[in-house]
Amino acid sequence: MDMSSGDLNAPHSMGTTIIGVTYNGGVVLGADSRTSTGMYVANRASDKITQLTDNVYICRSGSAADSQIVSDYVRYFLHQHTIQLGQPSTVKVAANLVRLLSYNNKNSLQTGLIVGGWDKYEGGKIYGIPLGGTVLELPFTIGGSGSSYLYGFFDQVWKEGMTQEEAEKLVVKAVSLAIARDGASGGVVRTVTIDKDGATRKFYPSETLPLWHEELEPQESLLDILSTASPEPMIS
Amino acid sequence: MNVSDSTPAMNNLMGSEADSQRTLYPYVTGTSVVGIKYKDGILLAADMGGSYGSTLRYKTVERLKSVGKHSIIGASGEISDFQEIMRNLDDLILYDNMWDDGNSFGPKEVHNYLTRMMYNRRNKFNPLWNSLVLGGVKNGQKYLGTVSMIGVHYEDNHVATGFGNHLARPLLRDEWHENLTFEEGVKLLEKCMRVLLYRDRSAVNKLQIAKITEEGVTISQPYALKTFWGFSAFKNPTAGAEGSW
Repeated sequence: MDMSSGDLNAPHSMGTTIIGVTYNGGVVLGADSRTSTGMYVANRASDKITQLTDNVYICRSGSAADSQIVSDYVRYFLHQHTIQLGQPSTVKVAANLVRLLSYNNKNSLQTGLIVGGWDKYEGGKIYGIPLGGTVLELPFTIGGSGSSYLYGFFDQVWKEGMTQEEAEKLVVKAVSLAIARDGASGGVVRTVTIDKDGATRKFYPSETLPLWHEELEPQESLLDILSTASPEPMIS
Repeated sequence: MNVSDSTPAMNNLMGSEADSQRTLYPYVTGTSVVGIKYKDGILLAADMGGSYGSTLRYKTVERLKSVGKHSIIGASGEISDFQEIMRNLDDLILYDNMWDDGNSFGPKEVHNYLTRMMYNRRNKFNPLWNSLVLGGVKNGQKYLGTVSMIGVHYEDNHVATGFGNHLARPLLRDEWHENLTFEEGVKLLEKCMRVLLYRDRSAVNKLQIAKITEEGVTISQPYALKTFWGFSAFKNPTAGAEGSW
């Protein structure tokens, strides 16, 4: 009838908001959980923060298929590298492997990635690897379609040497703000915090997130509002 | 609404370039509207989002409006075109009132007027980029109909636009029955709106429900729905399958 069912045969794309932030002692990676095919939300609780090794994780955006296959290859190579090296891989090596795949297949791949982790030589590190395969080591980076809405926010709020709690709060707030405005981002906020003791996953469903401009407190039903409100809650 | 569905490449087929104005593709759009008949009349639901492409730009857009004393209209699609439709409908009702003859346009008449408006624009290759739901009660007769941007129109016990066609109507086919109470109707619509909130990218968590009965029209204040994310599978979806989503 009308055309807005979206293209259900469109490639799965993780519209996405992804963030990587360093703090005093490690890194925090954050992401939303929406995967869409056209306008349909194919998965409302996806996991876009993927493990490469015990101490290195990657945030995936863009084509779901491309980002998955790149992560799978890098995980495979890093596994062999760890065996050969006899100790945990460094974050830099992981990022470089991602770069090799992204750069050498730049005409076929459409995925923006953020590699983050902790190793004993350099501590917590974040590497941004956008389309094309550039690698940039950065104190923080944002990616995905939702990141457009966060440049001003980070320009204002970012500071070096935050505590773990400050960094986590910042990441959750930022993803939540992007979800509010980017139709391609949504669902829950996931974070992975990596420090010398390893990686910790956290999960923030929408009830735990703050309400932004023009957002209202969720209710069970209109019927509850009508029964508790004054006699004239309905307007004509 | 997929903006890429009607690209500039197609427009050479559609007549002279020196036209004053035509809607080629929508800019600010509203998503689904869902409507059902219930025991005492009609219930309509729509969220208050106005999307600008993939940006959720406006969050307090009223997409449900009353038309005269006996009808309500819900619109999805281009908001500026809906505002133009409302200007026409308000004029229509005004002129009807000016006759002062004791008659007033009911939902059937308004629906027919809308259908002609939409179809005639479509014939000129300059559509009003909307899908509309029109519901009302007059003299005890309940009426619920829909019109698309190309003039396809019909009435039914439950209707929806956009994504609502794919997500809400199956639920309604299963759970709608004659003589739903107001409470049952609201709960059913909320169920539909919640699914749309989960699965429609352009849905926004702020909605209104409109009720029309013989007594008149009421449109609720804006409110938000609770959503559920507490499945254990959601907490750790890739446990055991690292790299999947």
